[in-house]
Amino acid sequence: MLVHFSKEGFDKALSDGKLMMVDFWASWCGPCKMLAPVIDDLAEQYEGKAVVGKVNVDEEQELAIRYGVMSIPTVIFFKDGKEIDRKVGVMPGGAFTQVLDSNL
Amino acid sequence: MTYDLIVLGSGPAGMAAAIAARGRNKSVLVIGNHWQDSPLARAERVDNYLGLPGYTGAEMLETFYRHALDMGTEFVIGKAISLMAWNGFMVTVGSQVYEGKTLILAPGVVRQAKYPGEEEYLGRGVSYCATCDGMLYRGKPVVVVGRSSDAPHEANYLKSLGCQVTYVSPQPPVGLDGDIPYVKAGKLTIKGEQTVTGLEADGALIPCNGVFVLRQTVAPTDLLPTLETEAGYIKVDRRMATNLEGVFAAGDCTGLPLQVSKAVGEGHVAALSACEYLDQKPEQ
Repeated sequence: MLVHFSKEGFDKALSDGKLMMVDFWASWCGPCKMLAPVIDDLAEQYEGKAVVGKVNVDEEQELAIRYGVMSIPTVIFFKDGKEIDRKVGVMPGGAFTQVLDSNL
Repeated sequence: MTYDLIVLGSGPAGMAAAIAARGRNKSVLVIGNHWQDSPLARAERVDNYLGLPGYTGAEMLETFYRHALDMGTEFVIGKAISLMAWNGFMVTVGSQVYEGKTLILAPGVVRQAKYPGEEEYLGRGVSYCATCDGMLYRGKPVVVVGRSSDAPHEANYLKSLGCQVTYVSPQPPVGLDGDIPYVKAGKLTIKGEQTVTGLEADGALIPCNGVFVLRQTVAPTDLLPTLETEAGYIKVDRRMATNLEGVFAAGDCTGLPLQVSKAVGEGHVAALSACEYLDQKPEQ
């Protein structure tokens, strides 16, 4: 299940310490639209193994600033509440599964 | 809608590909700059193209463009900034996404090397897309490196979002908002620590949080990182097929000689190969 994070929801999920993959996006960003189906797919594929979610940088500017998101889409991976990796720009699904699989 | 073919590039190779595919009744979208921006448009006289001696480069391009248009080719003027293979291909131009079943790369040759620091800080202050990332720099100082005809327009857009814009280019820009400071410089280095802190332009440092590098085209190898090249040119076989399924290439991007007749021939072959690929592919 794909989670659309608010700041509160995000912080709560982060404090759980699970493996997380979060796509920072916005509606005015073409490349983000391209990445969306990939993120949707991964959310389904990693159900129960990792938390897959999205942060709308327009609505949650504080989160975008906190993680220094300067280009979207940016996908950030977290584990134990800390950032472990990030991918900037549109990439094939494999680039994300590689990070997820090596941190399961 | 999903096009049968998406052609990246509106020069002779791209137009020839479009015409050949339209002749096979395939739907074609050409994404490219205005034909006036093609390097060929600056050629004073082209005398070695079969049947059209004495044409200027601009006359030739306009003739090709009209022909492609009359054949029912659709055009989008703009720059493909990102691309993804996903049930065919998705191409982003600004905030729009276009879908196609096959792809023909005909972008010409990108003659601009990357600036020092550009690759290192990509996504950490360096951006190729004002529409995508401009909002993330509201209220902050940014530099637009103008290397394309639409760059002044993009700079004006960034200013309208509330960015503090400085415009840097070797030649004075046309159409730049008078309130945007212009710095004439050619030798650029992007500086930073964790993220971008400034741009060194001909030895002088301009402090900024973001650098928007706006070139005429995004190199195909940046759009498709697994695309095979050889000595800087896209590697193709006699069918003009690249190493990637459903992706063909034609024209200057595949290598010498950089001539219109060679580009046109290759564009034609690439389109026929793409049509053959489409006809053999089972319907999804």
